[in-house]
Amino acid sequence: MSRKDIDEVTGVETTGHEWDGIKELNKPLPRWWLWTFYASILWSIGYWVLYPAWPTLAGYTKGTLGYSQRATVAEEVAAARAAQGRFREALGATPLEQVKDNPELLRFAMAGGAAAFGTNCAPCHGRGAQGFPGYPNLNDDDWLWGGGIADIHQTVRFGIRSGHGESRDSQMPRYGLDKLLDEKQVADAAEFVLSLSNQGTDEAAQARGKETFAEQCAACHGEAGTGNAELGAPDLTDAIWLYGGTRAAVIDSIRTGRGGQMPLWEGRLDPVTIKSLAVYVHSLGGGQ
Amino acid sequence: MKHATLEKNSILLLVCILIVVSIGGIVQIAPLFWIDSTIEKVQGMRPYTPLEQAGRDIYVREGCYTCHSQMVRTLRDEVERYGHYSLAAESMYDHPFQWGSKRTGPDLARVGGKYSDQWHVEHMIDPRAVVPESIMPGYPWLAARTVDAADVAERIKTLRAVGVPYTDEMIEKARTDLAAQADPESKAARELLQRYPKAKVAKFDGRPGGEVTELDAVIAYLQVLGTLVDFTSFDAAGPSLR
Repeated sequence: MSRKDIDEVTGVETTGHEWDGIKELNKPLPRWWLWTFYASILWSIGYWVLYPAWPTLAGYTKGTLGYSQRATVAEEVAAARAAQGRFREALGATPLEQVKDNPELLRFAMAGGAAAFGTNCAPCHGRGAQGFPGYPNLNDDDWLWGGGIADIHQTVRFGIRSGHGESRDSQMPRYGLDKLLDEKQVADAAEFVLSLSNQGTDEAAQARGKETFAEQCAACHGEAGTGNAELGAPDLTDAIWLYGGTRAAVIDSIRTGRGGQMPLWEGRLDPVTIKSLAVYVHSLGGGQ
Repeated sequence: MKHATLEKNSILLLVCILIVVSIGGIVQIAPLFWIDSTIEKVQGMRPYTPLEQAGRDIYVREGCYTCHSQMVRTLRDEVERYGHYSLAAESMYDHPFQWGSKRTGPDLARVGGKYSDQWHVEHMIDPRAVVPESIMPGYPWLAARTVDAADVAERIKTLRAVGVPYTDEMIEKARTDLAAQADPESKAARELLQRYPKAKVAKFDGRPGGEVTELDAVIAYLQVLGTLVDFTSFDAAGPSLR
């Protein structure tokens, strides 16, 4: 490449290579491309200075802006919290029962509760809180563990049979699985339970079942079968059935004792969000 | 050296290319192995129990990662929905990690403890039984298949070879531990909890006394996700901030 070789036709210098008589013009790079290239080099130098970039022996260069994704997300969350600060503080300080008396606070709690319900509670209780077999409907006025707003708050905080020390806890015996009753006794008890909601068909079985019920079931479900919210024992006289009200389902409940679980939310959600959830669930229609 | 010399000696060119590329690789990759901030120190991480690891293998086998990520990113909407952003330490015993790159379903990095075992059972067998709007396929066969426990010791031994700190005792007791985690009342379950703190012991599929199924394993795995790190002792603004 020591000598200049000018192409005769175009008057442009060639690269000096030749392949079977074909030569290549040494055209300069397009100016726009070249300047973009230089600019990107300058940009990268600026980036190294401003942002975290190079690893070093002990750590990495932090950059003069002090940029950090973790700090950014912490700031964003804090800013969002601060924007709601007045409401969050007021909601935190207001006793549960009095939230409904303050329309502004109630709106805030309802909106926050609905949002938290959608992502955390809906997978089990349904988007409309309508429930599924095994997961209670929260719109009706039938409550296993009490429908007062304080009861609901307690349930949301610590869950049901969640293993937490303050969790709602009780366990119906597994009458069939543990052979506490034989199959006939279970069937008779089921017949009696069905008769409490006027679904009985066999009066002789009901009479036998009534004795078993008085001995085994009345302690928790009450002599009349109306339930006990202290123990999470459901009312058996209404038409609302958590695990189904067919004969087979009732027999299955007596056999297995059921014992559904709800996770605790204390620790996973902050106290104000849990309070909002209690307000929201209480408002759904059945709050006492 | 003239450039023409390089161009005319292919071996020399190859060696020089290798040197140049290596420099780039070393600068980018090597420091990750020694700088402290790569994997910050946290309290609470432990290797998966044999049952959780078996569940993880099924998770990978069934391709759960194609729809579910396991990475809460440092973005406000994610942190507010899923909880604390994921830390590198939380997946340091994952081989391969399940961070994922696409979400058709929700992120699962912190799904542990969010739903009851019973919910997972119903949801795995038929997702629409509990979430009508779900588009997730059902995995009913997991409930019918006994988990393959024969080679579980070999599997965690393999993991030890790539750096997961399983002890000799853990490998020796692997098969017992796998069964014990699904047998809540047993003495072996108490021993398991000493080896693997915070492990959840339950007959996850809701069929007490039955064989340990693949469903047990998958639910045991899901219930531990994101629950191990003690965030009360984690300093988000500490030296690891970045």
